[in-house]
Amino acid sequence: MGVNRRKFLKIAGISTLGAAAKPAADALAMNPIEWLDKKLGGFTVPETLLHFFHKPAGFTPGEALTAKRWVMVVNVRQIDEEIAEACMEVCHRIHNVPHIKNPKHEIKWIWDEHYKHALPGQHHEHIDEALKKAPFLVLCNHCENPACVRVCPTKATFKRKHDGIVLMDMHRCIGCRFCMAACPFGARSFNWIIPWPREGAGTMPRFRKDKEPPNPEFPTRVKGVVEKCNFCAERLAKGQIPACVETCQELCKEKGREPALVFGDLEDPDSEVRQLLRSHHTLRRKPELGTNPNVYYIV
Amino acid sequence: MLEKAFLGGRKYWILLVIFGGIIGLGFIMWLYQFRVGLGITGMSRDVSWGFYIGQFTYLVGVAAAGVMVVLPYYLHHYKAFGRITILAEFMAVGAVSMCLLFILVDLGNPVRALNVLLHPSPNSVLFWDMIVLNGYLFLNILIGWNVLSAERKGSPPPNWIKPFIYLSIPWAISIHTVTAYLYAGLPGRHFWLTAIMAPRFLASAFCAGPALLILLCLIVRKTTRFDPGKEQIQTLGSIVTYALILNVFFFLCELFTVFYSQIPGHIDHFHYLFFGHEGHGNLIVLMWLAFALMTAAIILLVVPVTRRNEGILTVACVLTVIGTWIDKGFGLVVGGFVPNPLHQYTEYWPTVPEALITLAVWATGFLIISVLYKVATTVKVEVGAG
Repeated sequence: MGVNRRKFLKIAGISTLGAAAKPAADALAMNPIEWLDKKLGGFTVPETLLHFFHKPAGFTPGEALTAKRWVMVVNVRQIDEEIAEACMEVCHRIHNVPHIKNPKHEIKWIWDEHYKHALPGQHHEHIDEALKKAPFLVLCNHCENPACVRVCPTKATFKRKHDGIVLMDMHRCIGCRFCMAACPFGARSFNWIIPWPREGAGTMPRFRKDKEPPNPEFPTRVKGVVEKCNFCAERLAKGQIPACVETCQELCKEKGREPALVFGDLEDPDSEVRQLLRSHHTLRRKPELGTNPNVYYIV
Repeated sequence: MLEKAFLGGRKYWILLVIFGGIIGLGFIMWLYQFRVGLGITGMSRDVSWGFYIGQFTYLVGVAAAGVMVVLPYYLHHYKAFGRITILAEFMAVGAVSMCLLFILVDLGNPVRALNVLLHPSPNSVLFWDMIVLNGYLFLNILIGWNVLSAERKGSPPPNWIKPFIYLSIPWAISIHTVTAYLYAGLPGRHFWLTAIMAPRFLASAFCAGPALLILLCLIVRKTTRFDPGKEQIQTLGSIVTYALILNVFFFLCELFTVFYSQIPGHIDHFHYLFFGHEGHGNLIVLMWLAFALMTAAIILLVVPVTRRNEGILTVACVLTVIGTWIDKGFGLVVGGFVPNPLHQYTEYWPTVPEALITLAVWATGFLIISVLYKVATTVKVEVGAG
């Protein structure tokens, strides 16, 4: 972790510069349109223009959880219906995921499958009955080589360079659904209908713009965009582990089980996930396709 | 020259009004879709592309088929086709317009469509498809219009147009190749993951397109004083024959690999399409029908006596157009999504609003073709080509 001389000089230099020219640096840190917006006392800037100059939001050092490559390990046999249900519920609630009953229009970030659907190539008739029936949690694999990112015509879905999370900009997506065709894991959902209201949505919800989303801190989406699990990037930025992992670990503790969901840095040899990968035989979904999934399963 | 479009008879205007009516109805349905969302269609989380993308795929082929007339005329100096290049080019204009409209009605967020230009992503095949389709539309309008203007003035086409004409030939191949690549490069969609996809697309394009062109030529002969010509129609008939046989041959190649290798991921889609799976089998009848129609068409086209008979040739062309349409405009897209990557079976069937929107886009394309053909045939008759 040592800072070498070169790096030190670089940081020192930038700091000195920064102190000397703070106002200028402030203006530079902002996107120029936002800066102009502020100077002019706030006029409404078209969303597209803001996108054009968009700079990804930085992390607050020390607060954010960072890794070179985030991965999740799912210990399938530790998960019962209750735990699976709790993981799904918390995820969908904090991300304002619309609750749509019609399975054709359903939106899900994390959900329970059966073994034979989650790992179709690994299935055979004589596997353990308990495993056959166990809730098998599936979610976006945050592939190292994501096909969805490759096909997106607007870069609305992209892989974050520093930690490998595959993210989705629901405000840029044009809704062509190419990514849904490309994803080999069915991890992506499309907003076929207006995503509000959350409760009691029938097949054709009415306009209910006045309704408060369950989590005002997470953006809502409009109809006609694709969405999926984001490995709780917004929570990591605040130093929190993904909501499903947190909820799952609490429940497992109560029930006296080993943690069923573990989240960590694959590049860190001492991380919990690396220890699990060393001590257990793990599977990944469709590794033969070369997307290199970052969700591992202990079965 | 465009003024010719306004000098039609009663029947011409009635036709345009009918198209206009269908477009109006479809537009209202589209407004409904725009307000409520794509949920009004039969598409779902599992079958996330449907009728719209199917039509788009089919019509890219029809558009590309213009090259089957342009190439023999300009590269092999097959003079007879000089009479109908304009018809092929204008058919392509109508077809590409439909393609672009189908993409637009398929978008969940059409108001953000220009994000494709604002954030150009060369890694996406869709980005390239946008470029080649718009380029092809531009080329065909430019070439068609200038060549027709020159013909009207009784002069040869200007020299500067020649490079564009030569460019349009590989460009036509490119639009359908790129469209095939939309499908053929997706991991985990084994139905589409085949290197023969682009050749198969081209083969089906080069039978469906010229077959449609024959039908259009016959309509032109019947309704205007311009006769596209007997020889022209017969040559197109031969092209349809070869291409249709190739199309079925490529399909059989696919069947061999899939059924002899017995790899489940590959076989499941074909099984679903032709035999169904545990009660899921929306497309069984249609798929068998498609191949019955294509087989019948091949027989009618291969036998010289029947092919040379214009009445029977017409029937064969209708069979070809419908057969390839089911195969490519419906089965190919839906078959790729069923079963889904988790091996679950979700069926697809278009809804009424979806069908009406689809019909309206077709009507728009045929409205464009009608107007352009009106101009072209009027000019042809004026210069004495009638």
